Amino acid sequence: MKKYVSFFRIRFLTGLQYRAAAWAGLSTQFVWGTMLLLMFRAFYRADTSAFPMTFEQLSSYIWLQQALLALFITWSFDEDLFESIRSGSVAYELCRPADLFGMWMCRTVATRLSRTALRCLPVLIVAAVLPRPWGISPPASPLALLAFLVSVLLGLLVISAMGMLVYALTFYTISPVGLRTIFASAAEFLSGGFIPLPFLPDSIRRVVDMLPFASVQNTPLLIYGGFLSGQEALFRIALQAAWALALILAGRLILLRAIRHVVLQGG
Amino acid sequence: MIVMQDVRKTFRVTRRKAGMRAALGSLFSREYDTVRALDGVSFTIPDGEIVGYIGPNGAGKSSTIKVLCGILTPDSGVCTVDGLCPWRDRRRHVGRIGVVFGQRSQLWWDVPVGDSFELLRDIYSVPADRFSRTKADLCELLDLGDLLRTPARQLSLGQRMRCEIAASLLHEPRVLFLDEPTIGLDAVSKLAVREFIRRLSREKGTTVLLTTHDMQDIDALAGRVLLLGHGRVLYDGTLAALRTRFDAGHTLDEMVVSLYQEYRI
Repeated sequence: MKKYVSFFRIRFLTGLQYRAAAWAGLSTQFVWGTMLLLMFRAFYRADTSAFPMTFEQLSSYIWLQQALLALFITWSFDEDLFESIRSGSVAYELCRPADLFGMWMCRTVATRLSRTALRCLPVLIVAAVLPRPWGISPPASPLALLAFLVSVLLGLLVISAMGMLVYALTFYTISPVGLRTIFASAAEFLSGGFIPLPFLPDSIRRVVDMLPFASVQNTPLLIYGGFLSGQEALFRIALQAAWALALILAGRLILLRAIRHVVLQGG
Repeated sequence: MIVMQDVRKTFRVTRRKAGMRAALGSLFSREYDTVRALDGVSFTIPDGEIVGYIGPNGAGKSSTIKVLCGILTPDSGVCTVDGLCPWRDRRRHVGRIGVVFGQRSQLWWDVPVGDSFELLRDIYSVPADRFSRTKADLCELLDLGDLLRTPARQLSLGQRMRCEIAASLLHEPRVLFLDEPTIGLDAVSKLAVREFIRRLSREKGTTVLLTTHDMQDIDALAGRVLLLGHGRVLYDGTLAALRTRFDAGHTLDEMVVSLYQEYRI
């Protein structure tokens, strides 16, 4: 176990080194969050009753989304991993007395956490002092906060395991470009990155809610604002856990097969 | 002790002619060629020996190393390293061997080399006191000094290679596989690496299998040479015995070229 903790640690420390990137990311997130809110404000002015959430709930959703962007990001991958698969440096990792899936999963989770650690507090602090209805509201209840935290953790596992699938499949395709593009655009929309999922028409939403993508950021953000609660919230958290488990098992299996079949590049 | 007996491995590679038509055709049906990377490789290396493994590009040298490291599972044949089968007892086996791939890096790019070493310590579960002793020894022998506090990306190739070699030996493996360890190094670094390998073998009795295209490496280090071509061992003996076959005027490289011609590889 210690080896995986250690793997996590070195990646976490590496992530903390990128301070300039964190500053750049932060400013983007402020601008982006503000822009989204202004846009939605215009829609809400036209007809408030047409929307499933109140504007306060939406503000909380968007600021939390910006604060946790690096945690749930769908279009950012670990370039080093793609490079090591392409160039064959992965050979080193295959001769370690450890499990490749475990090592890489720790690494992915650590990268996401370290990036978020640098970025989430400033966003949350600024969003907390913004006047109503523009800022972030406190969680719906202490229980909602607890459920939110559990759900964030599960969402992190789900998105990391999905990323692992992309890495594993890259062993077959060598170039990650196609896979990444398909994955990022589908995942971004289906996880509620562009517009919150409750805004989708009901018939589509019912399907999308069950997909693994909805188990990433959609579930925790909706739980925080009290949009999902009680039985419904419990069911969605269970769904997250089920997806996390299924994706991890699938990722392990595919990675194992990929390694067995692969001809390592470069002689 | 390393034993390989009649180890075979074939790969399937896609082939197509150049040009538009062939490119479109390959969308629908692909032609495969079978390449025999290892075509019945057999040899035995006793403990503590340094063996040079030579052969032209594509002869199967790297495939052999990959089989011995447990990365590649051969189609048939027997292979044991200190009694363990690399691909069946993979975890236990890899804990006892060290590998250096000269063209790849195992150090973490952005963090100081020392951090990579500590990660390796945990991956191989090396006890803390043993780790600090081995690390101190390696630092002295390879003259690492301040390099441990430098991020890997800021090292020169020669410095990096010395760190790579140290990284592969932190868990004190009994067997060391070196895949082109001196590639791209300047004369000073080459000599340092060779001297270190010699001492390692003499003082610790580490078994070393070394692939290289640099005949001076072989000359300086290996008592015994294995020549590989077309996936088979074509020559197994001392470099000195090989020399007697050729005129004294031949340089090592010329000798190897005539040898390749003789075996048509």
